[in-house]
Amino acid sequence: MFEGLDLALAPGEAALVTGPNGAGKSSLIRIAAGLLAPAAGSVTGEGARALMAEVPALDPELSLGAALRFWSGIDGRRMAVGEALAAVNLADLAPVPVRMLSTGQRRRAALARVVASAAPVWLLDEPANGLDTGSVALLEGLIARHRAAGGIALVATHLPIALPQARMVAL
Amino acid sequence: MSVYAAIVLRELRRAWSTGGLALPVVFFLLVAILFPFAVGPDAALLGRIAPGVIWAAALLAALLPVERLVAPDLESGVLDQLAVRGLPDAGVAAAKVAGHWLGFAPALLAATVIASGLLQLPGEALAPLLIALLIGTPGLAALGVATAALVAGLRGAGALAGLVMLPFAVPLLIFGATAGQPGALKLLGAVSLLLVAGCPFVAGAAVRMGRG
Repeated sequence: MFEGLDLALAPGEAALVTGPNGAGKSSLIRIAAGLLAPAAGSVTGEGARALMAEVPALDPELSLGAALRFWSGIDGRRMAVGEALAAVNLADLAPVPVRMLSTGQRRRAALARVVASAAPVWLLDEPANGLDTGSVALLEGLIARHRAAGGIALVATHLPIALPQARMVAL
Repeated sequence: MSVYAAIVLRELRRAWSTGGLALPVVFFLLVAILFPFAVGPDAALLGRIAPGVIWAAALLAALLPVERLVAPDLESGVLDQLAVRGLPDAGVAAAKVAGHWLGFAPALLAATVIASGLLQLPGEALAPLLIALLIGTPGLAALGVATAALVAGLRGAGALAGLVMLPFAVPLLIFGATAGQPGALKLLGAVSLLLVAGCPFVAGAAVRMGRG
């Protein structure tokens, strides 16, 4: 799909991966996450990674709060769920079953899991899909805050997301 | 360790809450009910074939939950999220085996007590049968998870699961149904242990291949 890609991100840096459908944006994110092996070359990284993929990976029959607590429990950060839900404006919906949530709310819930994980490396695959304009601004704010705290963000998107001083990677 | 415990508990919760366990147990009982109708009410004959019938029914019932063991987690991205957190796929599969067995085995053993009554199993034969099921079901659970991982995402996965799983379950059936004979229980344990030890790696490899 793509070759000759050389990208290194230091703390506080971000990269915006753009390209037409099928260019390999999601594959790049999955390779960075360690889920796919690159056909050639290598990926190295320090610190835990948090992935926001196309699918939410939240049990539909559980309440939003309980579904997120499963993951934050695995991350050893059970207490972080409330704050993360507030950060994505979903605090009120914590008792609502995941299956009742709208597409955009599910995307924000997946974002809340990334926030709650406190992983230094964020890998976001089309994070703006299904979000309204207000929520995209929220997403941009969260990424900016993460970078200000020394985090790294690798974002693949076909929708415009404002990432100041981000490296541009066009596939 | 608590990470794997969380996965085991999630398996247990999902098994019961989504009704995924009630169906196999009802199916198991239904097979046991059908046999007296088909064979006739001869108590001696029924009692003699009861262990074999119960093992065959258990094997078929173990096929039913296979479709919900791995495929939903593959589709919803749960397995990817666990892998991103650095958990080995085989470890996740082992936790799934444990969770599946903890849900499936007690339900099956309870249903066996009822089925043994329906099949006129002699009272003194019940305890050996339950012990054999207790030893054999971990292997059956492991085989179920490995099969689920192998067929996840394929069309007609349910039918294919039977073709993949049942041949490997034959040793369990042979040594389980003849558990009263000397040595059979030890061989049953050996087969079960082999499946429990090997199947998580098969399932893990299948999940990894599925990502490519």
